[in-house]
Amino acid sequence: MSFINLKEKVVQVKIVYYGPGRCGKTTNLEYINKTYRKQIVSEMVSLKTHGDRTLFFDFLPFDMGKIKGYDIKIQLYTVPGQVKYNATRKLVLRGVDGIVFVADAMEKQREKNIRSLNQLHENLQSYKESIFNIPLVMQYNKVDLKEHGIPILPTEVLQKDLNSRLKVPYFEASAITGYNVAETLKKIISSTVVSIQKKLL
Amino acid sequence: MNYGIVSQEQLEQIDTILSDKLISLGVDCVIIIDMAGNIITAKDNGESKYDVYSFAALAAGNFATVDAMAKLVGEQEFSLLFHKGQDSNIHFSKIDEELLLISMFGKGISLGFLRLNVVDVIEKIRKVWAKK
Repeated sequence: MSFINLKEKVVQVKIVYYGPGRCGKTTNLEYINKTYRKQIVSEMVSLKTHGDRTLFFDFLPFDMGKIKGYDIKIQLYTVPGQVKYNATRKLVLRGVDGIVFVADAMEKQREKNIRSLNQLHENLQSYKESIFNIPLVMQYNKVDLKEHGIPILPTEVLQKDLNSRLKVPYFEASAITGYNVAETLKKIISSTVVSIQKKLL
Repeated sequence: MNYGIVSQEQLEQIDTILSDKLISLGVDCVIIIDMAGNIITAKDNGESKYDVYSFAALAAGNFATVDAMAKLVGEQEFSLLFHKGQDSNIHFSKIDEELLLISMFGKGISLGFLRLNVVDVIEKIRKVWAKK
């Protein structure tokens, strides 16, 4: 749940990047951290293993400027993608306002995407949230691999697998090159802020 | 008051409690966060400059982890945590199911004395928080 401080006129919004292991959640945040350095007041926090895999979460606070006199502070989190870390994924989802589901567009990852999305659904239910109500954006990552001859799932297939019932906005993206990373971020921020406004009115 | 929004009056009351009871004691920085990692309020002695936003995210994660460990050993909760360093220490204490009080303090204060005051502060904050 977002937290609104009426005294200092600050709204804190929590956005979580969710998805299967090695799909590029941390890479999204690293790209944002590098590209929007000016809007980011502090260092990105990464809790990772020696093998550079996310152990707990990455955290990146991001200032979005003011809306109606309120300072909007966006807090970006990632979850650990590895299957065994579901307990920690659940902890990170606590109080989430908006989610970017990062899917791995590589053909061999098809099943993992679906499994991860199903688990997101279950994890949200444990907080009495619904995947159908929470602001959500799909990102089909790694489309750049196509040029390197690696088999990639067509967007229509990914849409059918992951987004046929949810019908949320989606982007093809390449987190490593930055393609559509900012667009994904903008979309989830605007959906989330609109949803918070609706709740308040 | 709905949880998620706190009135200016409540925040001012909480800030006063924190200043009177902890900052005046010599505590460097006090933060109240929720379990999602949002900052409710932060007070410091004017000298220490901590990155409170990152701190809140990590503290919420830390507390949630310890809470999960408590459940594994059959405890309802570990309601307080203490990290001891060379020059500075951190004390975490649960206010209620949603809120956490974090105090950062140096060598000048004894842990026992801090804990006595924290108990007092928590009781006062609960009263302010309960006013709906």
